[in-house]
Amino acid sequence: MTALLSVRDVHTRYGVGKQVLRAVDGVSFDVERGETVGLVGESGCGKSTLGKTILRLVPSAEGEIRLDGADITHLGARAMAPHRRRMQMIFQDPFGSLNPRQTIRTVLDTALKVHGQGDRGERARRLQEIVARVGLPADALDRYPHEFSGGQRQRIGIARALVLQPALIVCDEPVSALDVSIQAQILNLLVDLKRDLGLSYLFISHDLSVVRYFADRVLVMYLGRIVESASHATLWRDPRHPYTKALFAAVPSADPTHKRAAPPIKGELTTDLSAGCRFNARCPAATERCRVEEPLLRPVGEGHHAACHFA
Amino acid sequence: MSLLAVEGLTVAFPGNIAVREASFAIAPGETLALVGESGCGKSVTAFSVMRLLAPNARVTAGRILFDGIDLLAMTPAAMREIRGKQISLIQQEPMTSLNPVLSIGAQIAEVIRRHERVTRKAARARVVELLELVRIPDAARRIDDYPHNLSGGMRQRVMIAMAVACGPKLLIADEPTTALDVTTQSQVLDLLDDLRRRLGMAVLLITHDLGVVAQWADRICVMYAGRIVEQAAIGAFFTRPMHPYSRGLLGARVDVGADEHYSLNRLSEIPGSVGSAAGEAGCAFAPRCPLVVPGCRLAVPPLIAQGERAVACPVVI
Repeated sequence: MTALLSVRDVHTRYGVGKQVLRAVDGVSFDVERGETVGLVGESGCGKSTLGKTILRLVPSAEGEIRLDGADITHLGARAMAPHRRRMQMIFQDPFGSLNPRQTIRTVLDTALKVHGQGDRGERARRLQEIVARVGLPADALDRYPHEFSGGQRQRIGIARALVLQPALIVCDEPVSALDVSIQAQILNLLVDLKRDLGLSYLFISHDLSVVRYFADRVLVMYLGRIVESASHATLWRDPRHPYTKALFAAVPSADPTHKRAAPPIKGELTTDLSAGCRFNARCPAATERCRVEEPLLRPVGEGHHAACHFA
Repeated sequence: MSLLAVEGLTVAFPGNIAVREASFAIAPGETLALVGESGCGKSVTAFSVMRLLAPNARVTAGRILFDGIDLLAMTPAAMREIRGKQISLIQQEPMTSLNPVLSIGAQIAEVIRRHERVTRKAARARVVELLELVRIPDAARRIDDYPHNLSGGMRQRVMIAMAVACGPKLLIADEPTTALDVTTQSQVLDLLDDLRRRLGMAVLLITHDLGVVAQWADRICVMYAGRIVEQAAIGAFFTRPMHPYSRGLLGARVDVGADEHYSLNRLSEIPGSVGSAAGEAGCAFAPRCPLVVPGCRLAVPPLIAQGERAVACPVVI
């Protein structure tokens, strides 16, 4: 059986003046049906661009994106429409991603209308179902975004993504803007929806604790490339790439007796893509070889890949 | 004696009381974390100490004693001598706190020359030292850079250099690493902690991240809906949080060290939102509280001290 989403050697480039920024630089992975794939990395590593590329919100320069086996990489707007319904997105900022002048009913109904779903009565019924499903009060449909709290607005964002009954949802930092007590509510809701509706998620986040809890498989991204991928259990037990190890070590634990190690890496993400490993300038274990030869993603264990000469 | 003692601080905005009867103290050289969700009043508390509240905010009650002197009673001119010299502030977003059209060196030198009589040349030399102190590589060259030349972490280091330029006794850090990546976060917080020790500063660390609190603070104050609901030393707080809200916060947090996965366990939630208690009497947390009893809705529970600890919940005491 083919994977729900299959991404092969995808490149996305932005023109920055005369320069070209290679935001996504040769990424390949699959998302199986019912699977949650976590995508972690620091700001600027290309994880959001990768999400948008998959949804065809930004064009990919090279590579192939398949949804349900169908190649959607170069489809025009009209041919793309039926596929769009199958994959939706939840954004980080529930304040910025809702039109303040539209009621929730308009926001949700527009999606159905655009995709020619159902007649008026059927749509109204669908909206009521979806609003109840994401835990909003029944009168929410005729209210405006500003009448809701941050957590409720994110529920609206989820409802909008779900209303078209997609198979894949790309969640771009869905809980990063929310308070801790609300984060747990939204994560629990996403888990329930996945279970009940058989959804697959591509879950993009910079927060390792959240990804650890939420993902079945994790991709670690650094400067446009996947540097490590593994099942959640393997990755946390046995990280191989020095960047992954550094990320884990940097997350502060809520146990004050847990001694914090000195920051294992120096500096910050750069955009220097000269020869060799992209991480070598910050890597505590870099050798001459790392400065010359770029490591490729290779198997280091069962379902476990890492792009490091020494992994 | 405490370096800073906030007593019964109440701050009102039109139609909203942001901080209610907040009292806490910071000892010299200590790091106190002020924790709570957005809108709980933690930043308003910090801005009150700096006397930088928005024009429509009013301190309706309380005192803020710094070295025994009430900051709220000071003239604006006297306050300007304290701000940046004795008490300084770093904020979440270093890009918007820095002036984009001045070099970073000029901005740091401005602080020094505002408070001390030094020549331009001497100030510049001090700036280079400060940039080295906050570990900006190649400081002598970077001094003439503009904020846009620097990464987020480097900008926050510049903000720290500016904040410690005159050797303040108290540094208020309002979500200093929230806009930064996790690897940068630990570098910046380690730097702050190192400076605190070397310069003997006290730090008021405002954050919503309990991991940051556990690793970098000595004591914690938890705020909810404008009130302080729990105060404790870090060790005691994380082994035995007392207020139901503190317990809920720790329970709802996914810890990177814990072996939790959605396939095994559900996250514990705090139901509802802060707005749940709007307009109701009694404890603001009552509508969300698992331990609520009828008495909770009658009167606001006072913060009751027991040794080093204080909790505003009669149900758990």
